[in-house]
Amino acid sequence: MKHKLILLVALLFSSLLGHAQTMITEPQMADTFRSEGKIYVVISVLAIVFICLISYLIYIDVKLKKLENRK
Amino acid sequence: MIKWWKILSAFIILYTLVWGMLNPVPHLDILNETIRNVYFHVPIWFAMIFQMGLSVVYAIQQLSKNNLQLDLKSNQAAQVGLFFSFPGLLTGSMWAKFTWGTWWTFQDPKLNGVAIAILIYLAYFILRSSIDDELKRARISSVYNIFAFVMMFVFIMILPRLTDSLHPGNGGNPAFGKYDLDSNMRMVFYPAVIGWVLLSLWILDIKTRLAQLTQKYDEA
Repeated sequence: MKHKLILLVALLFSSLLGHAQTMITEPQMADTFRSEGKIYVVISVLAIVFICLISYLIYIDVKLKKLENRK
Repeated sequence: MIKWWKILSAFIILYTLVWGMLNPVPHLDILNETIRNVYFHVPIWFAMIFQMGLSVVYAIQQLSKNNLQLDLKSNQAAQVGLFFSFPGLLTGSMWAKFTWGTWWTFQDPKLNGVAIAILIYLAYFILRSSIDDELKRARISSVYNIFAFVMMFVFIMILPRLTDSLHPGNGGNPAFGKYDLDSNMRMVFYPAVIGWVLLSLWILDIKTRLAQLTQKYDEA
């Protein structure tokens, strides 16, 4: 009986230890940053920059096409 | 007016920009959220290697067909490849600073290899500019191009795998193993590679047409 009790306590304690360990080793991620919604601002900025660049590339391509077609 | 694959490349990269910021990624120490750099830093290098590969294909065709238009394309592809190596280096340097703790380290064979490969390609452009005769320039630079591509491949893809490297997928580890990419990341990473390769082809298309047009006006 005594042995079983010690075993039970030991098992309980080990599970607690395991839990504490996972809490410590969990790497820090930008979870609150994302939930606050501010990441969408960054995504919008990225999208605007990229769309501007692509528009410019399309503009250059069209200009070049016109120059190629000129006789 | 604009070819469909050019617009496709824009939409693919736009998708990777948006979903690359939002999709769930593995929670890893040191890397943290910078693991998302995989969607941008790595595809840019893939685009660089793709352009260099295209350049060497044109160079081999040039040697067998002796058509100066192929030499022009080979030269332009090498230029686009060289251009893509700069954002590749800068993003890698930035990423290294915040994960490895330094902007540049000579301990990493991949970094050394890339530096040497870039120097080899710079020599290609110097070699080109030093020869006036068109046919001679085409032949010599095509032969050098084959040498340059093989050396780049050895320095970037083979040597880093033989020794210890800070880069994942090197030092005996298989590339893109389960530690580097999970299935969520693959959903962004593979489209990003296709998107950036297509974008590099778009830039190559514009550069080639511009060079052809310049040549036409110079002759006239």
